[in-house]
Amino acid sequence: MADTGTARRATNAGPGRLLIAVYILFAIAATSRAGLQIATKFDEAPVAYLLSAVAALIYIVAAVGLARAGHAGRRVALACCSVELVGVVGVGVLSLVDPELFPDETVWSGFGSGYGYIPLVLPVLGLLWLWRTRTAADA
Amino acid sequence: MTGAASAGSPVDGVLATVTIGLSLVLALWALVAAVRHRPPELVQSVGLGLLEVALLALTVSAMVAVVGGERPGEPGAFFGYLVTLICLPPLAWVLARMEPTRWGSAIVCAVCLVLPVVVVRLQQTWEVVGG
Repeated sequence: MADTGTARRATNAGPGRLLIAVYILFAIAATSRAGLQIATKFDEAPVAYLLSAVAALIYIVAAVGLARAGHAGRRVALACCSVELVGVVGVGVLSLVDPELFPDETVWSGFGSGYGYIPLVLPVLGLLWLWRTRTAADA
Repeated sequence: MTGAASAGSPVDGVLATVTIGLSLVLALWALVAAVRHRPPELVQSVGLGLLEVALLALTVSAMVAVVGGERPGEPGAFFGYLVTLICLPPLAWVLARMEPTRWGSAIVCAVCLVLPVVVVRLQQTWEVVGG
């Protein structure tokens, strides 16, 4: 195992692998949804569809970051989970305050209510997992 | 296929119900395994195999309907969901093989919980008419 020395556990083993699996599922869901929306009806709600595409990209990069483990992988995953959390909360609040802004559903609308609120839980679990597997070197 | 105008959805019958049921049973089985600290074993592999067979049968029945002149309400989304569905059991199997611990069983459980949702979405994208 290419590990960063004293890591108690790599981010890509144990519960981390389950997390990666769920990230992959969301990457597939968000990518196909965004791809289809942009390809067939982009003009209807460009902001919402571009946001879906960004969310899809973040899920893919987060999954890769967690799977790669190591120092760089952790940094990438940390950045993605943070952006995701800010995104899902921000879009959730905005879609409540001003529904006009997102005329069509995105992965993050209503705090991810269309996807069983998993988009809201996922970055929190990701950050917790990164924290639990941290080492002194990550400080 | 008799060319009846709307002979019902090809993805909303016994086959789909069996698929959903099988997936949920397997999810429960894998959950119990995960809780008992058991890695994925033969039953989970066989279960995923059966699930894949059921999904392929579902795909064939959808293809027969399409060749017979029927069309899904949202073709793009329908075929997207169909392709995704077929990939799910192999994905679960590969990831579970990479993780021979309780978490491997947890992965099988998670995928088997998502799968019925995708089947239901698949049915919805067939039925939307004139959208």
